[in-house]
Amino acid sequence: MATVSVRQALKSFGTTRILHGVDVEISDGEFVVLVGPSGCGKSTLLRMIAGLENISGGEIAIDGRVVNNVPPKDRDIAMVFQNYALYPHMTVRQNMAFSMKLAKAPPQVMEEEVQRAAKILGLDALLDRYPRQLSGGQRQRVAMGRAIVRHPQVFLFDEPLSNLDAKLRVQMRSEIRELQQRLGTTTIYVTHDQIEAMTMADQIVVMNGGRIEQAGAPLALYDKPANLFVAGFIGSPAMNLLPGEVTPQGFRTQGGALLPLPPGAPPHAATYGIRPEHMSLSDDGVEGTIVLVEPTGSETQVTMRLGETVVTGAFRERVQGRPGDKLRVLPDLGLVHLFGPDGARLPG
Amino acid sequence: MSATTAAPTWTKMRPKQGALSRLFDWKPFLAFVCLLPAVGLLMTFLTYPLGLGVWLAFTDTTIGRSGIFVGLENFIWLADDPIFWNAVFYSVFYTGVATIGKFALGLWLALLLNQHLPMKSLLRAIILLPWIVPTVLSAIAFWWIYDPQFSIISYVFVDVLGWRDTNIDFINTAWPARWSLIAANIWRGIPFVAISLLAGLQTISPSLYEAALLDGASAWQRFRYITFPMLLPILAIVMTFSIIFTFTDFQLVYAITRGGPVNSTHLLATLAFQRGIPGGQLGEGAAIAVSMIPFLVFATLFSYFGLARRKWQQGEGND
Repeated sequence: MATVSVRQALKSFGTTRILHGVDVEISDGEFVVLVGPSGCGKSTLLRMIAGLENISGGEIAIDGRVVNNVPPKDRDIAMVFQNYALYPHMTVRQNMAFSMKLAKAPPQVMEEEVQRAAKILGLDALLDRYPRQLSGGQRQRVAMGRAIVRHPQVFLFDEPLSNLDAKLRVQMRSEIRELQQRLGTTTIYVTHDQIEAMTMADQIVVMNGGRIEQAGAPLALYDKPANLFVAGFIGSPAMNLLPGEVTPQGFRTQGGALLPLPPGAPPHAATYGIRPEHMSLSDDGVEGTIVLVEPTGSETQVTMRLGETVVTGAFRERVQGRPGDKLRVLPDLGLVHLFGPDGARLPG
Repeated sequence: MSATTAAPTWTKMRPKQGALSRLFDWKPFLAFVCLLPAVGLLMTFLTYPLGLGVWLAFTDTTIGRSGIFVGLENFIWLADDPIFWNAVFYSVFYTGVATIGKFALGLWLALLLNQHLPMKSLLRAIILLPWIVPTVLSAIAFWWIYDPQFSIISYVFVDVLGWRDTNIDFINTAWPARWSLIAANIWRGIPFVAISLLAGLQTISPSLYEAALLDGASAWQRFRYITFPMLLPILAIVMTFSIIFTFTDFQLVYAITRGGPVNSTHLLATLAFQRGIPGGQLGEGAAIAVSMIPFLVFATLFSYFGLARRKWQQGEGND
């Protein structure tokens, strides 16, 4: 167990700058998720922490020791790869014992460690199989087993669930989280899936274009997104972000809809943000025209047009409407997010 | 006007099938017709020469006289022929040493080429050159390199470096000639091995090396535990081919030494040709050629069973 500090980390490939000075502080035993769209540099940052990529500038410290020039095997970390990277010519047992074999551990210690990890992960019956003979979820577990037996200070996960089907992904998500809580090992987890990030993380680091947009607890990011990028990235269905301007009557969107503003709204707000689930059906609301109704059972998502502005709402009620019908919706004024012309969140 | 008019009924007529068309719709006939060109080619150019060769080995045919069946006489005769046994010895020795050399150097070269090098594709193209040049041309080049008087190697050692007083004798005594031919064969065979193994190396996922790096493997351990076992299947196949090519080699030896000096560098193929065509003893030459078959079958089976079968590659089943 250890802390991980990334200070002003830079990464360039040739003249292309991938990371522009990134700072992340991870405390002991914390589960941190790096999340962002493809190409935002999150995997690169993880590989720099692992030592698989060198560091072009800044420093990375694990447990207080700067590891910029420490080879991967001496960083006391374990990594689970997206494609699992299991050795195809070794059995599950040999895969898990490989690091101990290289370290010349005595055979009975190796066997004990493998058995312990296999028990934790439910792999007891599969120890003599080859990776080819395993299902995706089982391979995923073997990859984690290989990490566990090493008792590392830090676990690194590089999009470990992206090769699994939706159901298994949800199951493995909770298994990984539960395992991390049981072992208490500091964990850094990379994903592009914001639901994974929200459900698993103690701290989420949202990255975009080689920079950190915001870091914080999942609900803090949900409640108070620092800028338009985080507001649009965190939450599903995504927040409605409506450009426009503040007028004495309310917020006038570019599409011509007039939305109510909370009291004391800053006059220079340029974008009005409201999450679909923070709108309600109300007779005092703004009138809109239904474009699409998508019932999911527990709630109903309605895409509608306010003036020319397209907005999504999610309602607990069952909406019985057809395209072209009118309905009235009211944003919850306490949960409206306003952003300035530079995209940053405005206080209030 | 009446409200409705009955539409004229029309049923689509099935076109009548002709006899020829029906014949081609008959599967056994169609399969036979489709196979005919391939079977014909194989019979003419593969089965017939092979069969003829085997038949000739059991006759006393010479050039200009069709022989009669003599049973195993040719083989009995060969069994007492020291030149034949010398060719057997040299064929095995030549194949063994050259294969070891080709694979050691070829694997090393493949590992080098698999690194990130500047001008990688150009280097790979250059590596292939010895393989592209017609064998006879490279044999003539080697003949020149091994020449007693004008050898460039002798020139370098004697005139440039001054390490020796006399020219090196490459191909005029038995053992130096044997080693020289093996060196030429290795030079020629490396590209095939290197490029094939490079293709094999490129199928190994880089993330395996990264995982091994994190597991604490040194460069040698990564080769020993990952590269080598994962390369074994392709190594086995390339080795089988290489052994067959080397054992049946003809051009290099025939162009450089013609089996000399004093028959010391005859391979089975050159000896078979020597006896059969210039010597005119077709039956005896064929018998020498046929005697290669058991060696080749053994080499193929060894590679196939010894190296190619890997449980981890095969999908289902745990047996």
